[in-house]
Amino acid sequence: MTAGATHKICVHNVAAERNGFRALTNISFEVGPGQLIGVVGPNGGGKSTLFDTVAGVLPAVRGEVEVSGELAYVPQRDSINWHFPATVLDVVMMGRYHKGGWFHRTGKRDREIARDSLERVGLWERRGMNMIDLSGGQRQRAFIARALAQEASILLLDETFSGVDVGAQEGIIRVLQGLRDEGRIVMLATHDLTNMADRFDLILCLNRHVCAFGPPRETFNPLVLEELYGSHGVDLERKSHVHA
Amino acid sequence: MLDYLLDPFEYSFMVRALIVSVLVGAMCPVIGAYVITRGRAFMGDALAHSVLPGMVGAFMFGFSPYFAAVPAGVAVAVLMGAVSRRTGLQEDTAIGIVFAGMFALGLVMLSVADNVNVGIEDLLLGKVLGVSSTDVLVSLGLATVVLLGLYLFHQQLVYTTFDPVGARVVGIRVGRVEYVLLALLALVIVIGIQAAGIVLLMAMLITPAAAGLMLARRFVWVMVIGAAVGVTSAVSGLYLSYYVDLPSGPAMALVATGIFALTTIPRGRFARAEVA
Repeated sequence: MTAGATHKICVHNVAAERNGFRALTNISFEVGPGQLIGVVGPNGGGKSTLFDTVAGVLPAVRGEVEVSGELAYVPQRDSINWHFPATVLDVVMMGRYHKGGWFHRTGKRDREIARDSLERVGLWERRGMNMIDLSGGQRQRAFIARALAQEASILLLDETFSGVDVGAQEGIIRVLQGLRDEGRIVMLATHDLTNMADRFDLILCLNRHVCAFGPPRETFNPLVLEELYGSHGVDLERKSHVHA
Repeated sequence: MLDYLLDPFEYSFMVRALIVSVLVGAMCPVIGAYVITRGRAFMGDALAHSVLPGMVGAFMFGFSPYFAAVPAGVAVAVLMGAVSRRTGLQEDTAIGIVFAGMFALGLVMLSVADNVNVGIEDLLLGKVLGVSSTDVLVSLGLATVVLLGLYLFHQQLVYTTFDPVGARVVGIRVGRVEYVLLALLALVIVIGIQAAGIVLLMAMLITPAAAGLMLARRFVWVMVIGAAVGVTSAVSGLYLSYYVDLPSGPAMALVATGIFALTTIPRGRFARAEVA
């Protein structure tokens, strides 16, 4: 990651639908290099939809999404087919698959990059283990290593902490903070509100719209929390919001 | 003992049958490894049954069934997807409807057509002792195409099988890869039906690959062990078929099932570890 990098995510006035249902309305925010962003909100608040839109998997029905930089997606546990037998190294090598085109085979340099990536997350010694024999936290670190092998400057991590104990969460956060310090954009969706202020530079509060966006200490106030997790039934449109 | 093993191959039909058996035993588990890890076993069974009208139609018009079965297989796969999308029914329901309908159509065509001199029992249960030189050559050709396809699409198939969401993010067209797999599966089914028959093709497609999954930690080894089990089953089935005068499908299926049962004795990975 070089200084003066230009990768960024600009989301302007975006609406997105999932299964014919308006999951996101009027989403606007911008993030640049070297930021670690926590995306919080209730289940069904649109965190995964936002990630899919940013990743280009789900087209926005309105507005603009501009992503510059190599983007990698760190999947949530439930979207992985655990019946497929793969070692840790196999998974990290997937990050190299499309680098030379899909019909190109991976080579020595790819394996070196995979090794560096695994050492980075502290899993090189476990490279031969099967993914399903790892703990939840180790699995997530393996997927982060895959993103590194992909040479991504933007990482989207969806519900990375689900099924991961607090100690392992801290280990993952330290890895992510290191990646942030090198200039990467790291966005992590979670509904776990533990230690938000210590963990993230910015918080994006999402409940089908942006309830708040900014540094943790400014973002979390009783009004925002109520909007996120309480009084779902009230007419949210009538409330006024601070949009970054 | 050695005479028992070698004597049958004084007959050229046994040499042909051996080549086809080895091909079936190797090819079915290689593609079957994807079928079982993607949870598509029912789809595989349905596809095997659904190519029947295509094959009978080809016999009626004097074509080789191979050429009909491949487009028939792909068409059936597309049709299953279309029924599921149009009706909103669960995919396995759509597969079941198309599967039974197509199989029934094939059976009706077989009983109506009077110029088709192919035994229904041979199609359903397999008759590897009856394969012709053309069958052998076409099988070799099809197997080459399948191996080439699996090699070229290996990375995309692996990625979409393990992490379909991540695959879309890195730009893989997941739906298109699925159709590539189904087309290759249709080719393998056509090779396999000669030896294993329509009804018991599953025993070659699923069972040896499942035995591989019991023993292997990496996907490529599921294919390799599966192919070893598949070839062992197919060749043993061939001998049983020759000496005991059994249809080849049931003979091969019984051996494969027996080997699978043995692989479950050391408790498998999936029994040990939590499958999240």
